[in-house]
Amino acid sequence: MRRRFPLLMTALLFGYAFLYGPILSLIVYSFNESRLVTVWAGFSTKWYGELLQNQQLLDAAWLSIKVAATTACGAVVLGTLAALALVRFRRFRGRGTLQVMVTAPLVMPEVIIGLSLLLLFVAMQDSIGWPDGRGQLTITLAHTTFAMAYVTVIVQSRLAHMDQSLEEAALDLGARPLKVFFTITLPLIAPALAAGWLLAFTLSLDDLVVASFVSGPGATTLPMVVYSSVRLGVSPEINALATIIVLFVSLAVAIAGVLLYRQEKRALREQNQG
Amino acid sequence: MKGLPLSPTRGRGLIIGVPWFWLGLFFLLPFLFVLKISLSEPVLAQPPYLDLIREVEDGLVSISLNFGNYLLLWEDPLYRSALFGSLKISAISTLFCLLLGYPMAYAIARAPSHWRLPLLMLIILPFWTSFLIRVYAWIGILKGNGLLNNFLIWSGLIDQPLEILHTPLAVYIGIVYSYLPFVVLPLYATLVRLDLTLLEAAADLGCRPWKQFLTITLPLSLPGVIAGGMLVFIPVVGEFVIPDLLGGPDTLMIGKLMWTEFFSNKDWPLASSLAAVLLVVLIIPFVALRHFEQREETI
Repeated sequence: MRRRFPLLMTALLFGYAFLYGPILSLIVYSFNESRLVTVWAGFSTKWYGELLQNQQLLDAAWLSIKVAATTACGAVVLGTLAALALVRFRRFRGRGTLQVMVTAPLVMPEVIIGLSLLLLFVAMQDSIGWPDGRGQLTITLAHTTFAMAYVTVIVQSRLAHMDQSLEEAALDLGARPLKVFFTITLPLIAPALAAGWLLAFTLSLDDLVVASFVSGPGATTLPMVVYSSVRLGVSPEINALATIIVLFVSLAVAIAGVLLYRQEKRALREQNQG
Repeated sequence: MKGLPLSPTRGRGLIIGVPWFWLGLFFLLPFLFVLKISLSEPVLAQPPYLDLIREVEDGLVSISLNFGNYLLLWEDPLYRSALFGSLKISAISTLFCLLLGYPMAYAIARAPSHWRLPLLMLIILPFWTSFLIRVYAWIGILKGNGLLNNFLIWSGLIDQPLEILHTPLAVYIGIVYSYLPFVVLPLYATLVRLDLTLLEAAADLGCRPWKQFLTITLPLSLPGVIAGGMLVFIPVVGEFVIPDLLGGPDTLMIGKLMWTEFFSNKDWPLASSLAAVLLVVLIIPFVALRHFEQREETI
């Protein structure tokens, strides 16, 4: 490839530089002594210290983590069900609608999702009294709705490429469907569920627009705090926070990658032995 | 029904019913409320709109539909230019995403097979880190005394800092940067499945590489181009964060306008009618996306 397409290699390198340059600049300048983010004044870790003193930010981070964890669990359950329905049941009434409802949130502008859910929550509170007020619960419900679409896509492709003969064998041998699901299907799609959980978690942790619409007074998530501080200009504290998030995500993706790689190798070995 | 792990009808009903009910309630039903509120009148109250159906006297019910919001959207040039501005910005940035993403996807698809997964992971990784923070990174790079200007002045290419932040250019950079992974992945998926023997046959028959690309590779990768393009185009039309943080006051985009109507002007009915218009505009590209995805499924 290198010999035949020097142009392609250049495009690839430029693309990666474009993707990673800005993130790298954030990390470098989070260790800058000066408050002026773009003027280098020596190495310092003081912004990390200040970050840990910022109670408002820590509270928001805690709320975001709680919302993201609940969202991820809910989205994995709902997304897996939707994927099972779409892959395993080829014909049922409302299949087309379900297919559209799991694709649309992937591309739907966030402002529309946020506004429409807020109007729903207001109307529901008016007519049935639930959800009572807006805050952590409404943010979690909204996040679960769009995150489950991503989980569905991931689990759907795993289910479609899965070997069904194991399930069939177990059923033929008289295992109950529920038992087959928990002892055979679930372990086989576990990597997709883990990937879906992580993706739902990060999507929820990152969402500003939908949360701003459906949140109420007293419930401020981390992106909302970051946004209001970013609007006032660049601040080294946000750089420090960004560095922590980037490190955390890279670590999680690396661990997931190693796990997937090992599992694939084991599967390959078992195949060769059998 | 052999082979279905939960074949009894009760299990089947639950598997289909639960996600259907959830999405119907929290995704489909809310659009009806958008439509309803867009036809109501704004008032100073909590919530700030008049209900369409009101009980006037005992048992006597009045229904009032207010099309004023839509009329305003049609007549006020501000909203029209915001809508067309969004479509234009979205189309141009989709084009640039494709121009940058296509060679990247092509290079990855032609790389040695053990290199492909790590290269793809490197494309996806930035998508997992915070979107807001990645957009924020560009403020530090593009602003007057930012990294780019400092570098250009230091290298002697310019004497005066360039004004990039708060211009349309900054918005384009931010969009292409944030949405690039969305075009690379579907393009890679179609390019990696391309039958290389077709290219070999063309080469044997004396077809030049450029012509091979234009007559074989590009037409065959068109589904990936459309899918990737729509994955960028549709959400970008309603984008809020990028035009808000990187754009200037003259960067009119409909998502940002909706945000202002809702949060600053507290005009829920007008924000709803903007959402309804946006929704209708986006149906055509969405149908195109679905069409090509279905074709992918059947292949």
